Amino acid sequence: MDFIGAYAPSHLTFLLEGFWITLQVAFLSIVFSFAIAIVVGVLRYAKIPVVSQVLATAVELIRNLPLLLIIFFTYFALPEVGIKLDKFYAAVLALVIFEAAMLSEIVRSGLKSVEKGQIEAARSSGLTYVQTLWHIVLPQALRRMVPPIVSQFISLLKDTSLAVVIALPELMNHAQIINGRNVNYVIPIFLLVAVMYFVVNYGLSIVSKRLENKHA
Amino acid sequence: MIDFSILFEHGDMFLEGFWNTVQASLLALVGSFALGTIFAIFRISPIRPLNWIGTAYVEFVRNIPLILVVFLFFVGLPALGIVLSPFVAGTLGLTVYTAAFIAETIRAGIQAIPKGQMEAARSSGLTYNQAMRYIILPQAIKVVIPPMGNQFINLVKNSSVLGVIAGLDLMYFGDLISAETFVTFDVYIFVACFYLILTLPLSLLVGHLERRLAGSR
Repeated sequence: MDFIGAYAPSHLTFLLEGFWITLQVAFLSIVFSFAIAIVVGVLRYAKIPVVSQVLATAVELIRNLPLLLIIFFTYFALPEVGIKLDKFYAAVLALVIFEAAMLSEIVRSGLKSVEKGQIEAARSSGLTYVQTLWHIVLPQALRRMVPPIVSQFISLLKDTSLAVVIALPELMNHAQIINGRNVNYVIPIFLLVAVMYFVVNYGLSIVSKRLENKHA
Repeated sequence: MIDFSILFEHGDMFLEGFWNTVQASLLALVGSFALGTIFAIFRISPIRPLNWIGTAYVEFVRNIPLILVVFLFFVGLPALGIVLSPFVAGTLGLTVYTAAFIAETIRAGIQAIPKGQMEAARSSGLTYNQAMRYIILPQAIKVVIPPMGNQFINLVKNSSVLGVIAGLDLMYFGDLISAETFVTFDVYIFVACFYLILTLPLSLLVGHLERRLAGSR
């Protein structure tokens, strides 16, 4: 093991460049998948005929597939039907599809956890159904959803590493490139990479716990 | 339209991959259940150092990507002179990773059992270990079954990382077939169907168990 060689300044900046791509992919995927998840969750909660059944089936199918398969699909299979994406956006699209399905389940069960009396009270005080959803149900549900949503975000950040299979230049990919130079770098580099993921994810989980205590 | 001839021409490869995915998932399930139970008991143990080890393991492993754990076994161990086959390295990686999640599931199950149960068992003369084994764990298992089912579904899906290290699983053979036939779209649809054969029934079963458990309370 060669810790000094592995942690050469050029290697460290190279890893940080990879981590920057990881964070970009994760951030874009979080924003889009969360937005889609709220729409899907609300539509399913509102039990609109046909729409909610179609969405339920789609969510159930996507949730039960490996993310890796979806990444391969968006990068290798979509070009066959004329949709060409570069590595970055293929990874983002795959993550958005998968995580939106996961998050929409969290949104739906969060909405379901709001007591019926709340809705009845809001409706009888003259709010329309949409107003009730927007002003009464959603704000309360979102607060309860914070812990599971943050842990889903942690999963998402970890899952970006699967984009290593399409050679997206993110953290895992850059780690493997350095590992390829000298076998003595492998263990030190993996340790450092593990610590990098750990610091961000553990930080997120602590924030989540703080929020949970605040709202409880 | 989807070309089914690929499915029949390469049926043996699809089935071999499917079978290896099943094997890897089952082996990792048994391994991670055993390892996870040990770490769960560590985490709630009154003995400080054990408690510390359990917490460190769970928190560290849960916050790093699965593929990193698998690479540690597949690329990291050979750097130390220990070479494993891709299938073994992948299954070990899956086991170590999943054990952290199962440990948390079991810990939550054990802590869901009212404290009075332990106190009653202890005051009727059982030792801590006996009370754990005969009173707490059997009750905790019941609470833990639905979330364990979810962990198993995740395990089946996660086993696809074996494909990254040529672990001869469904994902690997899917890639191989699409490289041989130059057909990607249809092949990945078939691969998806094979995964769904495993995960969908499990998912429906878990949903059913969850509803039943919620009803019995």
